[in-house]
Amino acid sequence: MTNKTRVATASLAGCFGCHMSILDIDERIIQLADLVEFDRTPITDIKEVGECDVGIIEGGVCNADNVEVLKEFRRNCKILVSLGACSINGGIPAMRNQYTLKQCLEESYLHGIGVEDAQIPSDPEIPLLLNKLHPIHEVVWVDYFLPGCPPPADTIWTFLEELLSGKPIEFAYRQIRYD
Amino acid sequence: MAEITITDRIDGLLGQWGNQPQNLLQILIRVQQSLHHIPATAIDYLARKLGCPQVQVEGLVGFYSFLHVEPRGSYDILFSDNITDRMLGGQGVAAALAERLGVALGTTRSDGRVSVGYTFCTGMGDQGPAALVNGYTMTRLTPDRIGQMVELIEGAVPVTDWPQEWFVVEDNIQRRDILLQTALPDGAAIDRVLEIGVDALLQEMDASGLRGRGGAGFGTALKWRPCREATGADRVVVCNADEGEPGTFKDRLLLQRYADRVVEGMTLCAAVIGASKGFIYLRGEYLYLLKGLEAELQRRRESGLLGRSIRGREGFDFDIEIHLGAGAYICGEESALIESLEGKRGHPRVRPPFPVTSGYMGLPTVVNNVETFMAAAMIGVQGAEWFRSRGTEESSGTKLLTISGDCARPGIYEYPYGVTVEQVLTDCGAQDVQAVQVAGAAGSCVPPSEFGRQIAFEDLATGGSFMIFNQGRDLLEMVENFAAFFVHESCGFCTPCRVGTSLMHKRLTKVVVGHATRADMERMCDIGALMRKASHCGLGQTAANCILGTMDSFPALYAERLRSTSFEPAFDLDASLQEAREITGRDDPGAHLKGGGV
Repeated sequence: MTNKTRVATASLAGCFGCHMSILDIDERIIQLADLVEFDRTPITDIKEVGECDVGIIEGGVCNADNVEVLKEFRRNCKILVSLGACSINGGIPAMRNQYTLKQCLEESYLHGIGVEDAQIPSDPEIPLLLNKLHPIHEVVWVDYFLPGCPPPADTIWTFLEELLSGKPIEFAYRQIRYD
Repeated sequence: MAEITITDRIDGLLGQWGNQPQNLLQILIRVQQSLHHIPATAIDYLARKLGCPQVQVEGLVGFYSFLHVEPRGSYDILFSDNITDRMLGGQGVAAALAERLGVALGTTRSDGRVSVGYTFCTGMGDQGPAALVNGYTMTRLTPDRIGQMVELIEGAVPVTDWPQEWFVVEDNIQRRDILLQTALPDGAAIDRVLEIGVDALLQEMDASGLRGRGGAGFGTALKWRPCREATGADRVVVCNADEGEPGTFKDRLLLQRYADRVVEGMTLCAAVIGASKGFIYLRGEYLYLLKGLEAELQRRRESGLLGRSIRGREGFDFDIEIHLGAGAYICGEESALIESLEGKRGHPRVRPPFPVTSGYMGLPTVVNNVETFMAAAMIGVQGAEWFRSRGTEESSGTKLLTISGDCARPGIYEYPYGVTVEQVLTDCGAQDVQAVQVAGAAGSCVPPSEFGRQIAFEDLATGGSFMIFNQGRDLLEMVENFAAFFVHESCGFCTPCRVGTSLMHKRLTKVVVGHATRADMERMCDIGALMRKASHCGLGQTAANCILGTMDSFPALYAERLRSTSFEPAFDLDASLQEAREITGRDDPGAHLKGGGV
């Protein structure tokens, strides 16, 4: 065991764009690796999240598995961060909320162009979809929200640096300006 | 052929409105009225004719609630859904009408005959439930009337042939004071300024202490003087008749029964600031007042009180045009109103410059409330002392209060400023009062312990709205109604308001359905504080008032609905899988979720 800060990340109903933006901190990732130990992340491919200091979630909550993962993060992480437009507001995946789930599934699996052997999957291996997609703060308590689609690498870096050094979270205006 | 008709019609409208791009909204309102929507051909044609981008026209249609790209029914019925209408059973009659017509609320029937939906307060809080049919106000709707209405609609009877008593808007004056009691002969205020001169008149206005009656209370003379002194080729007088604050309905009376005095006040203002152009910005919900106002303007033109050389004074030219609103509450904010007058989306401007130096089309502009203009005309004739005989030191004169909700005698009451909430409640016959919402959705929710407070700028300022809730009411329904109102009415220009109003409404809904915890309350406080601090205009800055205020004054409302855990999801997790379970036929353990928070 080291006494490094343990960080876990996950992408729920997102596009991994926020994770790509984390990687965009470029060579500073070496600096980051000196400061933190990665627990469950798409990089480490660890399947279950252990006791962590910081959990970072990209994407909204669209299915039963997302709910389980998110709750597991909340149980194990002292600080939970909602990263990017989808986890904060639902984003693009939330566009399905104007339709019923039945309409969505029928369009994809029964009536869509090029569908063969039309049937809606019912395999227990596949997580069931929720009626509507939700931002993560509607399921668990969230400590920090970092907006952007995706939040720029520089903003993520500033946030992590300040969080890890125990400083108050503050951004230069340009870092959180999106128009 | 149909397209030729549309373009012909638009050519007619363009001619009528002088081919001016700033009249685009007015043209679109007429297109909507005659075609029940704004067809794509109309958008394209208007853009080409006026030389503006197509998106600008589309942007207008998208912004104003009463304009639609999809056809509305030949009978377009919108029920007023303010909390006071709900308390009078508005939702029940709306649902009954929709059911009997076979149309889902908020939609248009497939045969295109009828649409039934909701809009926010239509200014009939004392005689609801109210609705608009093709823009015209109907009051006191009953199940019986709904039954007849279904027959009229199915029988394709034109709205003009519907029973006239359905369209009666009563004055409902319950208390008169100096403003409504004192007569004002035609032209008296104009004669006075011509006689004593502008400087003396301004001094009189100053001495009267008249402040804006819309609610903000800015000194009237303080507005008129800098506008007079500002540089500009012309000046503009604007009467803000966009009476949209829920529960306010005084302007409807003044524009119907005292239009002569309101116009007199505008003309007086024109004489003072040197304006040749005036506007009345009439909220779309008051379409029924348009004809009468047009007639009043015409009458005054014929009497030499409006138009060229008013009262025979060479060079004193002033005329007024009426512009309609189209269902946007934000246009009650003066700079958004000016944007709307210019035919744009109603986004509040960045200030300074203030309208008194740069308003309509960049010209120095005075924007005043309907009641302010009327009071100004009266002061012009009766003098400052007469006005100061009522009210307090800081709030001189009287105020029209519009009382609705739980009381025996709702209606319009003229009170001297300084009257206590207690006194008003006694006069209107309110009993077992739990709370009074003063100044509308953005105002204050006053608990019984504070009924000794005064209606005045220095205490409880209000544009007139005074809604009463007795002990039998669930106040959280009111809070929810207002929170939803602000989600709809945020103009979308700035993020704190656009996003904040939605976040607040969602959290509040979580409280209402019983999923919230103390943590959600704290988050609402944070978001509300941010909205107050960071929003671009008064709408966003005050939109959280109702939630934050009731959290403070009525903590039990919230406490009794909160869970004792640290945090709970906003919705029932397992129930949210129900639809998927039904579609897939699954019921295995993986097809369920445990409820509760972490």
